[in-house]
Amino acid sequence: MPSAIDIRDVSHSFASRRALYNVSVEIQPGERFAFVGPNGSGKTTLFRLISTLFPLSAGEIDICGDSVAATPSLVRQHLGVVFQSPCLDRFLTVRENIELEGSLFGLSGATCRSQTALLADRFGFTDRLSDLAAKLSGGMRRRVEIAKTLLHSPEVILLDEPTGPLDPSARRALWELLDCVRRQDGVTVVFTTHLLEEAEQADRVAILDEGRLIACDSPAALRSSLGSDILSVRPLDVAAATQSLHEAFGILPQSVDGSLRVTLSADRNALARYMQKPHPEVASLSVASPTLEDVFLDRTGRCFTPVEPSVKGASHGHR
Amino acid sequence: MGTASPSTRLSCATHCGRGIQAAAALAWREWIRFVRQRNRVIGAAVQPVVFWLLFGAGLGPSFSLPGEATAEVSYFQYFFPGTLLLILLFAAIFTTISIIEDRREGFLQSVLVAPLPRWSMVAGKLLGGTMIALVHAIPFLVLGLVTSGIFISVFQLFAVLLWLGLVGLQMVALGFSLAWRMSSVQGFHAIMNLLLMPMWLLSGAFFPVTTGPLRFVAIINPLSYSLSVLRRLFYLDATPAIRDMMTAGLPTMTLSICVTLIVTFLACVMAWILAKGRSTGEQP
Repeated sequence: MPSAIDIRDVSHSFASRRALYNVSVEIQPGERFAFVGPNGSGKTTLFRLISTLFPLSAGEIDICGDSVAATPSLVRQHLGVVFQSPCLDRFLTVRENIELEGSLFGLSGATCRSQTALLADRFGFTDRLSDLAAKLSGGMRRRVEIAKTLLHSPEVILLDEPTGPLDPSARRALWELLDCVRRQDGVTVVFTTHLLEEAEQADRVAILDEGRLIACDSPAALRSSLGSDILSVRPLDVAAATQSLHEAFGILPQSVDGSLRVTLSADRNALARYMQKPHPEVASLSVASPTLEDVFLDRTGRCFTPVEPSVKGASHGHR
Repeated sequence: MGTASPSTRLSCATHCGRGIQAAAALAWREWIRFVRQRNRVIGAAVQPVVFWLLFGAGLGPSFSLPGEATAEVSYFQYFFPGTLLLILLFAAIFTTISIIEDRREGFLQSVLVAPLPRWSMVAGKLLGGTMIALVHAIPFLVLGLVTSGIFISVFQLFAVLLWLGLVGLQMVALGFSLAWRMSSVQGFHAIMNLLLMPMWLLSGAFFPVTTGPLRFVAIINPLSYSLSVLRRLFYLDATPAIRDMMTAGLPTMTLSICVTLIVTFLACVMAWILAKGRSTGEQP
């Protein structure tokens, strides 16, 4: 059985900048796989290359054994693509939207109708079939979109930031739904996200940063690669705190966003000794098992979510 | 597309059939969208009628055509084919604006990732747009024939309808090519005011363009040829004096038909070639 998605040495440049550098990832059939990275990390570019929206300039991508560059039509048949921006036509009813998709994928009228009824029942929108798409809530719209992409029985579902505009309960519902689809239909689910919590739910995660693949493994393996726990100290006096941490653990702490961090080994004695002493130079400290955020930090030396002004576009002087 | 593997060659016939099915479905979508946006229906149908009435009533008394038979035709009659052309133009503009909307609303992406030849998407858009343009033009045609005193035979009526369909296709295809790379409806409005409306004004729809530097513009303007045939079709049976007067400054029938066919074909090919180019289906 060929891999669901096989990405080999893919690079991509736009006119002025390079968006991807030699990315290679192999995704197995039935896997739930996440591409995670901050904005501008190249994950959306990769998504577009996989979904045949961008022509491939360097490297190769195979979907279920078919080449994206040579046989895009076959690849499109294997893929069900869910875009970041909703793609339902708001002037059409839910049923019309789904049947239009059926026509685009060459389904006959009868097959399309029975499939629509089946999917509507399964995804719980039978009573909304005659409503205009404009009237649906965000969560329901996503539901219909995913149902729509399943119409032609794709082997791989590709989702770009699928939970972006959704509230937490709609997010949870969406993931349950996708999980159910994956188990029952054996579909490979591949998604991009800029949320590390969301990536934690995947079987395997590829972390992208500035166009480079910096890690690719299961979340558990990535976390345990960092050691058992991380001590994070918010210092009052940086020099004194750095020195005391160095003395206690024998390594120089990493300074990130005003706090000092030390990766602890399995041996807890050093930590116990450090905690017993008074530390007037420290405001607060915490010990936590590593997260994907820590993995990102470890590999790049930067925080995954940089401290940014809350209003988008108001980042004057930030860069 | 590169070299075709055996499996793609095998599916060539189904590919083609599927393309036609998808084009029909996309044309049908254009139609549904159109009838569900009532302001669009009203805007494109009423505005030219208002133009016709206002310009006809306002300019009529001071307008005189070169020739002796000038008293026998009213400006309403003279302006009538031009108004039909304007209706097609408006309908085509509305349709092509929908391309920009498709991009903005994300719909276009879902079409681009479907296993379809690109011509199928273009054909769906063009056919849908032409159909909508015709539906706009037909009520006005009936209204004009009833009220303006132009009498035509059944043959002429069919010829006019056929011609309106062809010119509608030409305009939708031109509009498609203009709109494909455009990111905002505002940008398209600029094109409309700077290019499409002057094209219409200088086609002979509004006044005869017989002399001066504008004559050159009229010669390179494809709409001159579209209008020429339309106007000539209405006066096939008229006396030579009236016919010559109405068609002053217009190219001949044969030339006009040939030019319009060629322009329509080229516009469709251009739309197809542009659509084949790389596009993410998102706003640039």
